[in-house]
Amino acid sequence: MAEQLYDHVLIPILYILAIVLPLVIGVAMFVYWERKVIGWMHVRMGPNKIGPLGLLQAFADVVKLLIKEVILPTNANKFLYYLAPMLALVPALAAWAVIPFSPQVVLANVNAGVLYLLAMTSMGVYGIILAGWASNSRYALLGAMRATAQVISYELAMGMSIVCVLVLTGSLNLTAIVDAQAGSKGILDWFFIPLLPVFVIYFVSGVAETNRAPFDVAEGESEIVAGFHVEYSGSAFALFFLAEYANMILVSFLAAILFMGGWLSPFPASWAFVGHGGFHWLFIKAFLFAFMFLWFRASFPRYRYDQIMRLGWKVFIPITIVWVLVAGCMKYFGWVTIGTGA
Amino acid sequence: MNSDLLQLLCFYLFGGVAVIAALMVITLKNSVHAVLSLVLAFFSMACVWLLAEAEFLAIALVVVYVGAVMVLFLFVVMMLDIKQEAVREGFIRYLPVGIIVAVVMLVEMLAMIGVRAMSTHTLGPNPAGESNVAWLGQALYTQFLLPFEIAALILTVGIVAAVALTLRQRAGVRHQTAAQQVAVNASDRVRVVKMAVEHPASVSPAPVVEPPQENAP
Repeated sequence: MAEQLYDHVLIPILYILAIVLPLVIGVAMFVYWERKVIGWMHVRMGPNKIGPLGLLQAFADVVKLLIKEVILPTNANKFLYYLAPMLALVPALAAWAVIPFSPQVVLANVNAGVLYLLAMTSMGVYGIILAGWASNSRYALLGAMRATAQVISYELAMGMSIVCVLVLTGSLNLTAIVDAQAGSKGILDWFFIPLLPVFVIYFVSGVAETNRAPFDVAEGESEIVAGFHVEYSGSAFALFFLAEYANMILVSFLAAILFMGGWLSPFPASWAFVGHGGFHWLFIKAFLFAFMFLWFRASFPRYRYDQIMRLGWKVFIPITIVWVLVAGCMKYFGWVTIGTGA
Repeated sequence: MNSDLLQLLCFYLFGGVAVIAALMVITLKNSVHAVLSLVLAFFSMACVWLLAEAEFLAIALVVVYVGAVMVLFLFVVMMLDIKQEAVREGFIRYLPVGIIVAVVMLVEMLAMIGVRAMSTHTLGPNPAGESNVAWLGQALYTQFLLPFEIAALILTVGIVAAVALTLRQRAGVRHQTAAQQVAVNASDRVRVVKMAVEHPASVSPAPVVEPPQENAP
Protein backbone atom coordinates (compact mmCIF):
# COMPACT_ATOMS: atom_id res chain seq x y z
CA MET A 1 0.00 0.00 0.00
CA ALA A 2 2.70 2.43 1.03
CA GLU A 3 4.76 1.53 -2.01
CA GLN A 4 1.80 2.04 -4.35
CA LEU A 5 1.08 5.37 -2.73
CA TYR A 6 4.71 6.27 -3.30
CA ASP A 7 4.65 5.19 -6.95
CA HIS A 8 1.27 6.59 -7.96
CA VAL A 9 0.96 9.70 -5.84
CA LEU A 10 4.27 11.02 -4.55
CA ILE A 11 6.43 10.51 -7.65
CA PRO A 12 3.90 12.06 -10.09
CA ILE A 13 3.50 15.04 -7.76
CA LEU A 14 7.26 15.51 -7.73
CA TYR A 15 7.33 15.31 -11.55
CA ILE A 16 4.56 17.89 -11.77
CA LEU A 17 6.43 20.19 -9.40
CA ALA A 18 9.57 19.69 -11.48
CA ILE A 19 7.68 21.23 -14.41
CA VAL A 20 5.50 23.81 -12.67
CA LEU A 21 8.14 25.37 -10.42
CA PRO A 22 10.65 26.09 -13.22
CA LEU A 23 7.70 27.35 -15.28
CA VAL A 24 6.66 29.83 -12.61
CA ILE A 25 10.23 31.03 -12.13
CA GLY A 26 10.57 31.17 -15.92
CA VAL A 27 7.48 33.37 -16.07
CA ALA A 28 9.02 35.71 -13.48
CA MET A 29 12.27 35.94 -15.44
CA PHE A 30 10.33 36.35 -18.68
CA VAL A 31 8.44 39.30 -17.24
CA TYR A 32 11.77 40.84 -16.23
CA TRP A 33 13.18 40.14 -19.70
CA GLU A 34 10.10 41.68 -21.32
CA ARG A 35 10.48 44.88 -19.35
CA LYS A 36 14.20 45.01 -20.13
CA VAL A 37 13.74 44.39 -23.87
CA ILE A 38 10.93 46.89 -24.21
CA GLY A 39 13.00 49.34 -22.18
CA TRP A 40 15.95 48.96 -24.53
CA MET A 41 13.71 49.33 -27.57
CA HIS A 42 12.35 52.53 -26.04
CA VAL A 43 15.93 53.68 -25.31
CA ARG A 44 15.54 53.55 -21.57
CA MET A 45 16.99 51.30 -18.90
CA GLY A 46 14.15 49.04 -17.82
CA PRO A 47 14.09 47.73 -14.25
CA ASN A 48 17.56 48.07 -12.73
CA LYS A 49 17.11 48.92 -9.08
CA ILE A 50 16.13 45.74 -7.26
CA GLY A 51 18.85 43.12 -7.08
CA PRO A 52 21.81 42.88 -9.47
CA LEU A 53 20.76 44.35 -12.87
CA GLY A 54 17.21 44.53 -11.53
CA LEU A 55 16.91 40.73 -11.65
CA LEU A 56 14.79 40.56 -8.51
CA GLN A 57 12.23 43.07 -9.82
CA ALA A 58 9.73 40.36 -10.83
CA PHE A 59 9.96 38.69 -7.42
CA ALA A 60 9.44 42.00 -5.68
CA ASP A 61 6.34 42.52 -7.84
CA VAL A 62 5.04 39.08 -6.90
CA VAL A 63 5.46 39.79 -3.20
CA LYS A 64 3.75 43.14 -3.65
CA LEU A 65 0.80 41.51 -5.43
CA LEU A 66 0.46 38.74 -2.87
CA ILE A 67 0.22 41.06 0.13
CA LYS A 68 -2.34 43.32 -1.53
CA GLU A 69 -6.03 43.03 -0.77
CA VAL A 70 -8.26 41.19 -3.24
CA ILE A 71 -11.16 43.57 -3.73
CA LEU A 72 -14.62 42.21 -4.49
CA PRO A 73 -16.65 44.70 -6.56
CA THR A 74 -20.16 45.59 -5.45
CA ASN A 75 -22.81 43.14 -6.64
CA ALA A 76 -20.16 40.91 -8.18
CA ASN A 77 -20.92 37.22 -8.34
CA LYS A 78 -18.65 36.13 -5.51
CA PHE A 79 -18.27 32.44 -6.37
CA LEU A 80 -17.54 32.96 -10.06
CA TYR A 81 -15.39 36.01 -9.34
CA TYR A 82 -12.99 33.91 -7.27
CA LEU A 83 -13.32 30.85 -9.50
CA ALA A 84 -12.36 32.64 -12.73
CA PRO A 85 -8.62 33.19 -12.06
CA MET A 86 -8.26 29.52 -11.20
CA LEU A 87 -10.14 28.48 -14.34
CA ALA A 88 -7.71 30.58 -16.33
CA LEU A 89 -4.60 29.20 -14.65
CA VAL A 90 -5.44 25.49 -14.41
CA PRO A 91 -5.64 24.77 -18.17
CA ALA A 92 -2.56 26.93 -18.77
CA LEU A 93 -0.57 24.73 -16.38
CA ALA A 94 -2.29 21.43 -17.27
CA ALA A 95 -1.32 21.80 -20.93
CA TRP A 96 2.33 21.41 -19.94
CA ALA A 97 1.75 17.76 -19.02
CA VAL A 98 2.21 16.56 -22.60
CA ILE A 99 5.11 18.80 -23.65
CA PRO A 100 8.18 16.64 -24.38
CA PHE A 101 11.48 18.26 -23.38
CA SER A 102 13.74 15.59 -24.85
CA PRO A 103 13.13 12.08 -26.24
CA GLN A 104 12.55 10.52 -22.81
CA VAL A 105 11.65 13.50 -20.68
CA VAL A 106 7.88 13.97 -20.83
CA LEU A 107 5.36 13.82 -18.02
CA ALA A 108 2.60 12.10 -20.00
CA ASN A 109 3.53 10.60 -23.36
CA VAL A 110 -0.08 10.25 -24.53
CA ASN A 111 -1.07 9.32 -28.05
CA ALA A 112 -3.61 12.11 -28.37
CA GLY A 113 -1.20 14.75 -27.08
CA VAL A 114 -2.05 17.43 -29.62
CA LEU A 115 -5.78 16.95 -29.06
CA TYR A 116 -5.25 17.25 -25.33
CA LEU A 117 -3.40 20.52 -25.90
CA LEU A 118 -6.24 21.87 -28.03
CA ALA A 119 -8.74 20.86 -25.35
CA MET A 120 -6.77 22.59 -22.61
CA THR A 121 -6.16 25.81 -24.53
CA SER A 122 -9.82 26.03 -25.51
CA MET A 123 -10.84 25.69 -21.86
CA GLY A 124 -8.78 28.71 -20.89
CA VAL A 125 -11.53 30.87 -22.39
CA TYR A 126 -13.80 30.17 -19.43
CA GLY A 127 -11.50 31.99 -17.05
CA ILE A 128 -11.62 35.08 -19.24
CA ILE A 129 -15.33 35.14 -19.96
CA LEU A 130 -16.35 34.39 -16.37
CA ALA A 131 -13.96 37.00 -14.99
CA GLY A 132 -15.52 39.59 -17.25
CA TRP A 133 -19.08 38.66 -16.39
CA ALA A 134 -18.66 38.08 -12.67
CA SER A 135 -16.91 41.43 -12.11
CA ASN A 136 -20.16 43.32 -12.69
CA SER A 137 -18.33 45.95 -14.70
CA ARG A 138 -18.98 47.27 -18.20
CA TYR A 139 -15.32 47.48 -19.11
CA ALA A 140 -14.59 43.98 -17.87
CA LEU A 141 -17.56 42.55 -19.77
CA LEU A 142 -16.53 44.31 -23.00
CA GLY A 143 -12.98 43.07 -22.59
CA ALA A 144 -14.16 39.53 -21.96
CA MET A 145 -16.38 39.61 -25.05
CA ARG A 146 -13.53 40.85 -27.19
CA ALA A 147 -11.06 38.35 -25.78
CA THR A 148 -13.42 35.41 -26.16
CA ALA A 149 -14.40 36.22 -29.73
CA GLN A 150 -10.74 36.62 -30.61
CA VAL A 151 -9.63 33.39 -28.96
CA ILE A 152 -12.40 31.36 -30.58
CA SER A 153 -11.66 32.81 -34.02
CA TYR A 154 -7.94 32.26 -33.92
CA GLU A 155 -8.27 28.80 -32.41
CA LEU A 156 -9.67 27.64 -35.75
CA ALA A 157 -6.69 28.92 -37.74
CA MET A 158 -4.34 27.50 -35.12
CA GLY A 159 -6.06 24.10 -35.17
CA MET A 160 -6.01 23.95 -38.96
CA SER A 161 -2.31 24.78 -39.10
CA ILE A 162 -1.62 22.03 -36.56
CA VAL A 163 -3.63 19.67 -38.79
CA CYS A 164 -1.03 20.22 -41.54
CA VAL A 165 1.69 19.00 -39.17
CA LEU A 166 -0.45 16.03 -38.19
CA VAL A 167 -1.02 15.11 -41.85
CA LEU A 168 2.73 15.04 -42.52
CA THR A 169 3.51 13.17 -39.29
CA GLY A 170 0.61 10.76 -39.20
CA SER A 171 0.48 10.92 -35.42
CA LEU A 172 -1.03 13.02 -32.64
CA ASN A 173 1.87 12.26 -30.33
CA LEU A 174 4.19 15.24 -29.78
CA THR A 175 7.27 13.03 -29.37
CA ALA A 176 6.44 11.33 -32.66
CA ILE A 177 6.03 14.74 -34.31
CA VAL A 178 9.56 15.74 -33.29
CA ASP A 179 10.95 12.35 -34.29
CA ALA A 180 9.39 12.76 -37.73
CA GLN A 181 11.52 15.86 -38.25
CA ALA A 182 14.75 14.04 -37.48
CA GLY A 183 17.10 13.53 -40.39
CA SER A 184 20.66 13.88 -41.52
CA LYS A 185 20.28 17.44 -42.86
CA GLY A 186 19.51 19.21 -39.61
CA ILE A 187 17.46 22.36 -40.07
CA LEU A 188 16.42 21.42 -43.62
CA ASP A 189 14.44 18.46 -42.26
CA TRP A 190 12.10 20.52 -40.14
CA PHE A 191 8.45 21.07 -40.90
CA PHE A 192 8.67 24.84 -41.19
CA ILE A 193 10.04 24.53 -44.74
CA PRO A 194 7.22 22.62 -46.46
CA LEU A 195 4.68 24.27 -44.14
CA LEU A 196 6.06 27.82 -44.16
CA PRO A 197 2.71 29.62 -44.62
CA VAL A 198 0.98 27.69 -41.85
CA PHE A 199 4.02 28.06 -39.62
CA VAL A 200 3.69 31.84 -39.87
CA ILE A 201 -0.07 31.58 -39.38
CA TYR A 202 0.41 29.32 -36.37
CA PHE A 203 2.68 31.76 -34.61
CA VAL A 204 0.64 34.86 -35.44
CA SER A 205 -2.49 33.02 -34.28
CA GLY A 206 -0.63 32.11 -31.12
CA VAL A 207 0.05 35.78 -30.50
CA ALA A 208 -3.61 36.59 -31.12
CA GLU A 209 -4.82 33.69 -29.00
CA THR A 210 -2.82 34.83 -25.99
CA ASN A 211 -4.25 38.34 -26.49
CA ARG A 212 -0.85 39.90 -26.86
CA ALA A 213 0.17 43.00 -28.79
CA PRO A 214 -0.52 43.84 -31.59
CA PHE A 215 -3.73 41.86 -31.01
CA ASP A 216 -4.30 43.05 -27.45
CA VAL A 217 -7.54 44.94 -28.02
CA ALA A 218 -9.02 42.73 -25.30
CA GLU A 219 -7.06 44.79 -22.80
CA GLY A 220 -6.61 47.92 -24.88
CA GLU A 221 -5.62 50.48 -22.28
CA SER A 222 -6.80 53.42 -24.34
CA GLU A 223 -10.30 52.01 -24.90
CA ILE A 224 -11.41 49.72 -22.10
CA VAL A 225 -8.86 50.29 -19.35
CA ALA A 226 -7.46 46.78 -18.89
CA GLY A 227 -10.09 44.42 -20.23
CA PHE A 228 -11.53 41.44 -18.43
CA HIS A 229 -9.27 41.64 -15.36
CA VAL A 230 -9.77 45.34 -14.67
CA GLU A 231 -11.54 44.66 -11.35
CA TYR A 232 -9.01 42.12 -10.10
CA SER A 233 -6.30 43.06 -7.66
CA GLY A 234 -3.66 41.35 -5.59
CA SER A 235 -3.16 37.61 -5.92
CA ALA A 236 -6.22 37.10 -8.16
CA PHE A 237 -4.67 39.43 -10.71
CA ALA A 238 -1.35 37.62 -10.28
CA LEU A 239 -3.04 34.37 -11.30
CA PHE A 240 -4.31 35.92 -14.56
CA PHE A 241 -0.88 37.35 -15.18
CA LEU A 242 0.74 33.96 -14.57
CA ALA A 243 -1.75 32.23 -16.87
CA GLU A 244 -1.15 34.71 -19.69
CA TYR A 245 2.61 34.37 -19.54
CA ALA A 246 2.49 30.58 -19.09
CA ASN A 247 0.36 30.49 -22.25
CA MET A 248 2.86 32.64 -24.14
CA ILE A 249 5.70 30.31 -23.17
CA LEU A 250 3.53 27.34 -24.10
CA VAL A 251 2.87 28.74 -27.58
CA SER A 252 6.61 29.33 -27.99
CA PHE A 253 7.43 25.75 -27.00
CA LEU A 254 4.73 24.41 -29.30
CA ALA A 255 6.01 26.44 -32.25
CA ALA A 256 9.46 24.97 -31.58
CA ILE A 257 8.12 21.42 -31.23
CA LEU A 258 5.64 21.38 -34.09
CA PHE A 259 7.59 23.27 -36.74
CA MET A 260 11.19 23.75 -35.64
CA GLY A 261 12.25 20.25 -34.70
CA GLY A 262 11.88 20.41 -30.93
CA TRP A 263 15.05 19.19 -29.27
CA LEU A 264 16.77 18.34 -32.60
CA SER A 265 19.94 20.16 -33.55
CA PRO A 266 19.79 22.59 -36.50
CA PHE A 267 23.15 21.32 -37.72
CA PRO A 268 23.64 18.11 -39.72
CA ALA A 269 23.98 15.02 -37.57
CA SER A 270 27.49 14.39 -38.92
CA TRP A 271 28.87 17.52 -37.23
CA ALA A 272 30.68 16.91 -33.98
CA PHE A 273 29.14 18.16 -30.74
CA VAL A 274 26.69 20.73 -32.20
CA GLY A 275 25.05 18.06 -34.36
CA HIS A 276 23.56 16.27 -31.37
CA GLY A 277 20.08 17.04 -30.18
CA GLY A 278 19.24 17.87 -26.61
CA PHE A 279 16.81 19.80 -24.49
CA HIS A 280 19.03 22.90 -24.71
CA TRP A 281 18.06 23.27 -28.40
CA LEU A 282 14.39 23.21 -27.46
CA PHE A 283 14.96 25.92 -24.87
CA ILE A 284 16.95 28.08 -27.30
CA LYS A 285 14.22 27.83 -29.95
CA ALA A 286 11.44 28.48 -27.46
CA PHE A 287 13.34 31.47 -26.12
CA LEU A 288 13.61 32.92 -29.63
CA PHE A 289 9.87 32.59 -30.15
CA ALA A 290 9.12 34.03 -26.73
CA PHE A 291 11.44 36.91 -27.56
CA MET A 292 9.42 37.56 -30.72
CA PHE A 293 6.33 38.14 -28.55
CA LEU A 294 8.17 41.02 -26.89
CA TRP A 295 9.62 42.24 -30.16
CA PHE A 296 6.12 42.43 -31.66
CA ARG A 297 4.85 44.27 -28.63
CA ALA A 298 7.45 46.99 -28.86
CA SER A 299 7.28 47.28 -32.66
CA PHE A 300 3.69 47.19 -33.87
CA PRO A 301 0.77 49.49 -33.21
CA ARG A 302 -2.45 47.83 -32.06
CA TYR A 303 -4.71 46.28 -34.68
CA ARG A 304 -8.23 47.59 -34.97
CA TYR A 305 -10.83 45.09 -33.81
CA ASP A 306 -12.57 44.50 -37.15
CA GLN A 307 -9.17 44.12 -38.81
CA ILE A 308 -8.28 41.37 -36.36
CA MET A 309 -11.45 39.50 -37.20
CA ARG A 310 -10.90 40.01 -40.91
CA LEU A 311 -7.33 38.68 -40.66
CA GLY A 312 -8.46 35.61 -38.74
CA TRP A 313 -11.52 34.60 -40.73
CA LYS A 314 -10.85 35.87 -44.23
CA VAL A 315 -7.10 35.46 -44.55
CA PHE A 316 -5.74 32.85 -42.16
CA ILE A 317 -8.48 30.23 -42.24
CA PRO A 318 -8.70 30.01 -46.08
CA ILE A 319 -4.91 29.76 -46.36
CA THR A 320 -4.73 26.98 -43.76
CA ILE A 321 -7.56 25.05 -45.43
CA VAL A 322 -5.74 25.20 -48.77
CA TRP A 323 -2.49 24.20 -47.10
CA VAL A 324 -4.10 21.17 -45.47
CA LEU A 325 -4.86 20.04 -49.00
CA VAL A 326 -1.30 20.82 -50.09
CA ALA A 327 0.09 18.91 -47.11
CA GLY A 328 -2.13 15.97 -48.00
CA CYS A 329 -0.74 16.01 -51.54
CA MET A 330 2.82 16.27 -50.17
CA LYS A 331 2.22 13.18 -48.10
CA TYR A 332 0.29 11.22 -50.71
CA PHE A 333 2.47 11.92 -53.74
CA GLY A 334 5.70 11.98 -51.76
CA TRP A 335 6.65 15.56 -52.69
CA VAL A 336 8.60 15.92 -49.48
CA THR A 337 10.59 13.32 -47.62
CA ILE A 338 10.08 14.93 -44.22
CA GLY A 339 7.97 12.88 -41.87
CA THR A 340 8.17 9.76 -44.02
CA GLY A 341 11.27 8.51 -42.29
CA ALA A 342 13.28 8.74 -45.52
CA MET B 1 -6.18 -1.02 -3.59
CA ASN B 2 -6.29 -2.68 -7.00
CA SER B 3 -6.81 -0.69 -10.17
CA ASP B 4 -10.24 -2.19 -10.98
CA LEU B 5 -11.67 -0.94 -7.73
CA LEU B 6 -10.09 2.45 -8.29
CA GLN B 7 -11.61 2.63 -11.77
CA LEU B 8 -15.01 1.73 -10.37
CA LEU B 9 -14.70 4.41 -7.70
CA CYS B 10 -13.69 6.97 -10.33
CA PHE B 11 -16.62 5.93 -12.51
CA TYR B 12 -19.11 6.47 -9.69
CA LEU B 13 -17.44 9.75 -8.77
CA PHE B 14 -17.56 11.19 -12.30
CA GLY B 15 -20.98 9.68 -12.96
CA GLY B 16 -22.33 11.16 -9.75
CA VAL B 17 -20.91 14.59 -10.58
CA ALA B 18 -22.43 14.36 -14.07
CA VAL B 19 -25.89 13.50 -12.69
CA ILE B 20 -25.79 16.25 -10.06
CA ALA B 21 -24.58 18.78 -12.63
CA ALA B 22 -27.34 17.74 -15.04
CA LEU B 23 -29.92 18.22 -12.29
CA MET B 24 -28.45 21.63 -11.50
CA VAL B 25 -28.86 22.66 -15.14
CA ILE B 26 -32.64 22.50 -14.80
CA THR B 27 -32.98 23.63 -11.18
CA LEU B 28 -30.61 26.57 -10.79
CA LYS B 29 -32.21 30.02 -10.89
CA ASN B 30 -29.30 31.85 -12.47
CA SER B 31 -29.05 30.95 -16.15
CA VAL B 32 -25.27 31.55 -16.27
CA HIS B 33 -24.86 29.09 -13.42
CA ALA B 34 -27.07 26.63 -15.33
CA VAL B 35 -24.85 26.88 -18.41
CA LEU B 36 -21.77 26.32 -16.26
CA SER B 37 -23.41 23.25 -14.74
CA LEU B 38 -23.94 21.94 -18.25
CA VAL B 39 -20.23 22.47 -18.89
CA LEU B 40 -19.46 20.49 -15.75
CA ALA B 41 -21.79 17.72 -16.90
CA PHE B 42 -20.03 17.53 -20.26
CA PHE B 43 -16.66 17.49 -18.58
CA SER B 44 -17.63 14.68 -16.18
CA MET B 45 -18.99 12.67 -19.12
CA ALA B 46 -15.66 13.17 -20.90
CA CYS B 47 -13.94 11.74 -17.81
CA VAL B 48 -16.30 8.73 -17.86
CA TRP B 49 -15.48 8.17 -21.53
CA LEU B 50 -11.78 8.32 -20.70
CA LEU B 51 -12.36 5.54 -18.18
CA ALA B 52 -14.03 3.54 -20.96
CA GLU B 53 -10.84 3.99 -23.03
CA ALA B 54 -12.49 6.22 -25.62
CA GLU B 55 -9.78 8.86 -25.43
CA PHE B 56 -10.47 10.47 -28.78
CA LEU B 57 -14.19 10.87 -28.18
CA ALA B 58 -13.58 12.20 -24.68
CA ILE B 59 -11.13 14.87 -25.81
CA ALA B 60 -13.26 15.71 -28.84
CA LEU B 61 -16.18 16.25 -26.48
CA VAL B 62 -14.09 18.69 -24.46
CA VAL B 63 -12.74 20.49 -27.54
CA VAL B 64 -16.06 20.81 -29.36
CA TYR B 65 -18.69 21.13 -26.65
CA VAL B 66 -16.83 22.51 -23.65
CA GLY B 67 -14.37 24.60 -25.63
CA ALA B 68 -16.56 26.00 -28.37
CA VAL B 69 -20.31 25.34 -28.23
CA MET B 70 -20.80 26.09 -24.54
CA VAL B 71 -18.69 29.24 -24.78
CA LEU B 72 -21.10 30.53 -27.41
CA PHE B 73 -24.03 29.53 -25.18
CA LEU B 74 -22.47 31.42 -22.31
CA PHE B 75 -21.95 34.39 -24.60
CA VAL B 76 -25.62 34.48 -25.55
CA VAL B 77 -26.88 33.94 -22.01
CA MET B 78 -24.66 36.74 -20.69
CA MET B 79 -25.88 39.15 -23.34
CA LEU B 80 -29.52 38.39 -22.62
CA ASP B 81 -30.87 40.44 -19.79
CA ILE B 82 -33.55 38.03 -18.68
CA LYS B 83 -35.69 38.39 -15.62
CA GLN B 84 -34.68 35.22 -13.81
CA GLU B 85 -37.91 34.80 -11.84
CA ALA B 86 -40.14 34.99 -14.91
CA VAL B 87 -38.24 32.16 -16.57
CA ARG B 88 -38.63 29.90 -13.55
CA GLU B 89 -42.35 30.49 -13.11
CA GLY B 90 -43.27 27.75 -15.55
CA PHE B 91 -41.12 25.14 -13.87
CA ILE B 92 -43.94 23.32 -12.06
CA ARG B 93 -46.43 23.93 -14.85
CA TYR B 94 -44.25 22.18 -17.44
CA LEU B 95 -43.17 19.42 -15.06
CA PRO B 96 -45.71 16.80 -16.31
CA VAL B 97 -44.61 17.32 -19.92
CA GLY B 98 -40.99 17.06 -18.83
CA ILE B 99 -41.62 13.84 -16.96
CA ILE B 100 -43.34 12.30 -19.98
CA VAL B 101 -40.44 13.24 -22.25
CA ALA B 102 -37.95 11.88 -19.72
CA VAL B 103 -39.82 8.56 -19.40
CA VAL B 104 -40.04 8.16 -23.19
CA MET B 105 -36.31 8.84 -23.51
CA LEU B 106 -35.52 6.34 -20.75
CA VAL B 107 -37.61 3.64 -22.46
CA GLU B 108 -35.95 4.34 -25.79
CA MET B 109 -32.50 4.16 -24.29
CA LEU B 110 -33.23 0.89 -22.48
CA ALA B 111 -34.71 -0.55 -25.68
CA MET B 112 -31.62 0.45 -27.62
CA ILE B 113 -29.33 -1.11 -25.05
CA GLY B 114 -31.43 -4.29 -25.18
CA VAL B 115 -31.28 -4.47 -28.98
CA ARG B 116 -27.55 -3.82 -28.90
CA ALA B 117 -27.04 -6.60 -26.38
CA MET B 118 -28.89 -9.09 -28.61
CA SER B 119 -26.98 -8.36 -31.79
CA THR B 120 -23.30 -9.14 -31.95
CA HIS B 121 -22.44 -6.67 -34.70
CA THR B 122 -20.01 -4.19 -33.22
CA LEU B 123 -16.75 -2.65 -34.30
CA GLY B 124 -14.92 -5.33 -32.42
CA PRO B 125 -12.44 -4.80 -29.66
CA ASN B 126 -9.65 -2.27 -29.91
CA PRO B 127 -6.69 -4.10 -31.44
CA ALA B 128 -4.00 -4.31 -28.83
CA GLY B 129 -1.08 -1.95 -29.15
CA GLU B 130 -2.79 0.41 -31.58
CA SER B 131 -3.77 3.86 -30.44
CA ASN B 132 -7.43 4.64 -30.03
CA VAL B 133 -7.19 7.59 -32.41
CA ALA B 134 -5.57 5.59 -35.21
CA TRP B 135 -8.14 2.84 -34.80
CA LEU B 136 -11.07 5.25 -34.93
CA GLY B 137 -9.57 7.02 -37.95
CA GLN B 138 -9.18 3.73 -39.79
CA ALA B 139 -12.79 2.82 -39.12
CA LEU B 140 -14.16 6.26 -40.06
CA TYR B 141 -12.24 6.70 -43.29
CA THR B 142 -12.55 3.16 -44.64
CA GLN B 143 -15.53 1.24 -43.30
CA PHE B 144 -17.80 4.24 -42.66
CA LEU B 145 -16.50 6.67 -45.29
CA LEU B 146 -19.86 7.32 -46.97
CA PRO B 147 -21.86 8.07 -43.79
CA PHE B 148 -18.98 10.23 -42.61
CA GLU B 149 -18.94 12.28 -45.81
CA ILE B 150 -22.73 12.60 -45.76
CA ALA B 151 -22.55 13.91 -42.20
CA ALA B 152 -19.91 16.44 -43.29
CA LEU B 153 -22.14 17.55 -46.18
CA ILE B 154 -25.15 17.98 -43.89
CA LEU B 155 -23.08 20.07 -41.49
CA THR B 156 -21.84 22.24 -44.34
CA VAL B 157 -25.42 22.78 -45.50
CA GLY B 158 -26.27 23.77 -41.94
CA ILE B 159 -23.48 26.37 -41.87
CA VAL B 160 -24.51 27.81 -45.22
CA ALA B 161 -28.14 27.94 -44.09
CA ALA B 162 -27.22 29.72 -40.86
CA VAL B 163 -25.18 32.29 -42.75
CA ALA B 164 -27.94 32.78 -45.34
CA LEU B 165 -30.56 33.26 -42.63
CA THR B 166 -28.62 35.88 -40.73
CA LEU B 167 -27.12 37.70 -43.70
CA ARG B 168 -28.81 41.08 -44.04
CA GLN B 169 -28.04 43.44 -46.85
CA ARG B 170 -28.54 46.92 -45.51
CA ALA B 171 -28.40 49.99 -47.62
CA GLY B 172 -26.14 52.86 -46.75
CA VAL B 173 -23.51 50.79 -44.97
CA ARG B 174 -19.94 51.84 -45.56
CA HIS B 175 -17.48 49.06 -46.04
CA GLN B 176 -13.75 49.10 -46.11
CA THR B 177 -12.05 47.08 -48.79
CA ALA B 178 -8.70 46.17 -47.41
CA ALA B 179 -7.26 45.28 -50.82
CA GLN B 180 -8.07 48.74 -52.18
CA GLN B 181 -6.65 50.40 -49.09
CA VAL B 182 -3.41 48.48 -49.38
CA ALA B 183 -3.12 49.09 -53.11
CA VAL B 184 -3.44 52.85 -52.80
CA ASN B 185 -0.54 55.01 -54.01
CA ALA B 186 0.77 58.09 -52.33
CA SER B 187 -0.07 60.08 -55.45
CA ASP B 188 -3.79 59.24 -55.01
CA ARG B 189 -3.87 60.85 -51.60
CA VAL B 190 -1.30 63.60 -51.54
CA ARG B 191 -0.83 66.26 -54.23
CA VAL B 192 2.58 67.87 -54.26
CA VAL B 193 2.23 71.46 -55.37
CA LYS B 194 5.17 73.24 -56.95
CA MET B 195 5.56 76.75 -55.64
CA ALA B 196 8.02 79.48 -56.24
CA VAL B 197 10.56 79.84 -53.52
CA GLU B 198 9.59 82.51 -51.07
CA HIS B 199 12.43 84.55 -49.76
CA PRO B 200 12.04 85.29 -46.13
CA ALA B 201 12.07 88.94 -45.21
CA SER B 202 15.40 89.84 -43.78
CA VAL B 203 14.86 89.42 -40.14
CA SER B 204 17.54 90.39 -37.80
CA PRO B 205 17.48 88.67 -34.47
CA ALA B 206 15.83 90.63 -31.77
CA PRO B 207 18.36 92.63 -29.84
CA VAL B 208 19.13 91.30 -26.47
CA VAL B 209 17.82 93.69 -23.93
CA GLU B 210 19.87 93.60 -20.85
CA PRO B 211 17.73 94.03 -17.78
CA PRO B 212 18.85 97.01 -15.84
CA GLN B 213 21.28 95.97 -13.24
CA GLU B 214 19.89 96.61 -9.85
CA ASN B 215 22.07 96.27 -6.92
CA ALA B 216 20.42 94.47 -4.12
CA PRO B 217 20.54 96.44 -0.96
